[in-house]
Amino acid sequence: MEAPAKSKPPARSVEKLERVVIRFAGDSGDGMQLTGSQFTATTAAVGNDLATLPDYPAEIRAPVGTLAGVSGYQINFSSEDIFTPGDAPDVLVAMNPAALKTNLRDLRPNGLLIVNTDAFKKSDLKKAGYEVNPLEDGTLDGYRTIPVELTRLTRTALLETGLPTRAVDRCKNFFALGMMYYLYNRTLDVSMNWIEEKFSDKPDIVQANQLALKAGYAFCEATEVFQTTYEVPAARLAPGTYRNVNGNQALALGFVAASMKSGLPLFQGSYPITPASEILHELSGYKNYGVVTFQAEDEISAIGATIGAAFAGKLGITTTSGPGLSLKQEFLGLAVMVELPIVVVNVQRGGPSTGLPTKTEQSDLLQAMFGRHSESPCIVLAARSPADCFDTAFEASRLALTHMTPVIVLTDGFLANGAEPWRLPDLEALGRIEAPFRTDPEGFQPYARDPKTLVRPWAIPGTPGLEHRVGGLEKAEGSGNVSYDSVNHERMIHIRERKVDAVADDIPLAEPTGDSQGKLLVLGWGSTFGAINGAVRRARADGLDVSMVHLRHLNPFPRNLEELMKRFERILVPENNTGQLAFLIQGRFLQEVTRLNKVQGQPFKESEILDAITEIAQG
Amino acid sequence: MSDSAPVLMKKDFVSDQEVRWCPGCGDYAILSAVQQVFPTLGIPRENFVVVSGIGCSSRFPYYVNTYGFHGIHGRAPSIATGVKIANPELSVWIATGDGDALSIGGNHLIHTIRRNVDLNILLFDNRIYGLTKGQYSPTSEYGKKTKSTPFGSVDRPFNPLSLALGANASFVARSVDVFAPHLKETLLDAHNHKGTAFVQIFQNCNIFNDHAFDEFREKQLRDDNVLVLKHGEPMIFGKNRDRGIRLVGCRHPEVVELGDGITEKDLLVHDETASVAYATMLAHMEPPEYPMPLGVIRRVEAPSLERAIQDQLQEVTDLKGPGKLEELIYAGDIWTVS
Repeated sequence: MEAPAKSKPPARSVEKLERVVIRFAGDSGDGMQLTGSQFTATTAAVGNDLATLPDYPAEIRAPVGTLAGVSGYQINFSSEDIFTPGDAPDVLVAMNPAALKTNLRDLRPNGLLIVNTDAFKKSDLKKAGYEVNPLEDGTLDGYRTIPVELTRLTRTALLETGLPTRAVDRCKNFFALGMMYYLYNRTLDVSMNWIEEKFSDKPDIVQANQLALKAGYAFCEATEVFQTTYEVPAARLAPGTYRNVNGNQALALGFVAASMKSGLPLFQGSYPITPASEILHELSGYKNYGVVTFQAEDEISAIGATIGAAFAGKLGITTTSGPGLSLKQEFLGLAVMVELPIVVVNVQRGGPSTGLPTKTEQSDLLQAMFGRHSESPCIVLAARSPADCFDTAFEASRLALTHMTPVIVLTDGFLANGAEPWRLPDLEALGRIEAPFRTDPEGFQPYARDPKTLVRPWAIPGTPGLEHRVGGLEKAEGSGNVSYDSVNHERMIHIRERKVDAVADDIPLAEPTGDSQGKLLVLGWGSTFGAINGAVRRARADGLDVSMVHLRHLNPFPRNLEELMKRFERILVPENNTGQLAFLIQGRFLQEVTRLNKVQGQPFKESEILDAITEIAQG
Repeated sequence: MSDSAPVLMKKDFVSDQEVRWCPGCGDYAILSAVQQVFPTLGIPRENFVVVSGIGCSSRFPYYVNTYGFHGIHGRAPSIATGVKIANPELSVWIATGDGDALSIGGNHLIHTIRRNVDLNILLFDNRIYGLTKGQYSPTSEYGKKTKSTPFGSVDRPFNPLSLALGANASFVARSVDVFAPHLKETLLDAHNHKGTAFVQIFQNCNIFNDHAFDEFREKQLRDDNVLVLKHGEPMIFGKNRDRGIRLVGCRHPEVVELGDGITEKDLLVHDETASVAYATMLAHMEPPEYPMPLGVIRRVEAPSLERAIQDQLQEVTDLKGPGKLEELIYAGDIWTVS
């Protein structure tokens, strides 16, 4: 397909921008996630750095036009490095009054607002709780509002298709997308090709969507609705090959990579749960990689089958979200006891209970640490960005397989759905994963240990001469036979604890970004990385004495963490919970920390962290 | 199976662990039957896995010298499913009890049966909680007085075979702990079935529910109270083999005396491959109205989960070729920055 961009009249001015934040907002049925992800794909293709924040309701279809049904997709793209989906949008596309009402407060002053005026009839306004039409009562003063009859214009453009009105109206998101492509001087090619592939079996839908996309673009061209258009040049990303990826996809790929690098087929036991289900969808497609996915009858069975597969010698993983982890905890206790390698992924969401299932939160750190009965330590890791989910999945698999112990990986809704350019790894450099398999019957004891790592051998069914029994009852050190001996029990408790502590010898030391000592250290974990990193960079550019450490390994901590913290006067711990890492740091190290907490189902803005840094650093 | 496999004996399947069931427990008989059947199956010892949950019967794996996994309460089917999918060559057996399988583990049980994973599930049904010292179980009879029901239980019990059939079980059988030849034959049938084989074994708990099965466990009573089913044979029972089961209309079974115009030809002929409805009818035949049917009640062929998974992996691999990591990672819309 040829992009109309080439024929654009040169008269209008083109302004160069470093970075732009756009938010598409509309009804759940308006296709906003699709529109956003299409803009993202095009943006990735032109080489911008980017970060996205899809934000959708828990209901699949809330009543049309209501506040509850608003779905949004924010993308931050730039010619420079960026780390977050952006604080305040520069552009808001509002497809209906409800979208306007819920999103307007975020639009930056004098920001560009594109509204579908056709959706502002009296009944539409009522559904959104507007008494008076906000397009007419001064609500929009202070913004550059572009009213567009999106519905009518799309219908006109698609007249020739002869499709029913309902089908035509579904194309208006592509009209809006075409407008955005015009505004930012983007090619239509990526989306034109995507439409063609996506709807290859429905030629009339291909035609309709492509017409709408081109019409949106042409409408801007013809009407000069935008006086100025913008250009965000390609970012100077580090040399390498890139693809755009979200956290769930990257995580799935990380496990496949670990499977191939360990030579162990991947087994995933899982039960559908938002926002983790996509990992199951992804992995279920990789059958020619030997990946087996088992959609169990419940969360409990999902981990039970995973442990069974691990017993039989596979790389076993199970994926879930917070409430699912609660259900798996009894089985995790068993995995600790039988010392088999499994990885449990918790894509955290707002809780407790069903809470805010489609929103992000970091509130399961203490559950991952302490949510089991008795003394049952697990390795706990957290991913920091969508692309980092790949590395974290690989690292989790490596640690589980080489240390023969369960590993919990924490990501969250923000990472799971958010996308960014992923610099593809050097696959050779990933290294092989060697699990401690045992085949020699001579002197075999299932609970004899490597003296340094305390790792026990992995003897799998089918290996002659190594028949043995494992189970939840306490084991005699060495033989693994059932033992009710009280002194043995205490010894085994300490062995299991020391075994997980010894993992600290197998992980990197914490490396501060900035200085190795000073006034303020910002200590974070998980998806707050982007906001913290952006804020620390800006603060340092302003001359503030601030550095950061971002933890991937939460249990055990890096060996040097305590010593490193002592070299700073103050420690700031931002978290999307009420202070769970802070609690751990204070409890473990008697280290005083300042908490910065946000539990609104939304990630931190860079500015929120910068404000806290500034207050401390200047205080 | 290897041609050069050493000849295995019962003693090869006896572990070095001391068996710790109460003296006189029915579990001993079941353990002995299993240890006698395993060496006859032509499977190397290292290819057996015995999985269990929690309860008296779930100590079973510790006493069988194969690979074993003593799991957590009710979850043995989940663990066993993972084992079997991971390695379909293994012969996987589950030892479970009425509380373990039907109460806390009910969900896993029905879904495992539904999926037809090639596992052998041995339900040690003693109609009581033993390890927790005598509470009523989901198979305890209505009105039963136990530690937790001093005035009698007001819970209606499950019929385990009917439950399994409700999940469309492809193999359902019943035996009794002390009927050694019948039990061993049933275990062999279970092994030979490709799919979930569900075997209910009446097992006497002589501490908390003694005499629960006397009417068909005691020699002098059993012949009149038990109907041993055989595929293709008329349903005859009784010490003198003079009684049988006849179908009234097409729905209602009745016990009849042979003679007086009633011959074997009038009796119901057992068909293991008949409908679930037929098998369910048999499952619900109970004393005192009927003799207790024993043996294979239902046996039909159906695709097993682990085979279907393997077949699909192969199909997709044949179609797409074996996956290469490079092609997986460096895929989709990629771009290069130099």
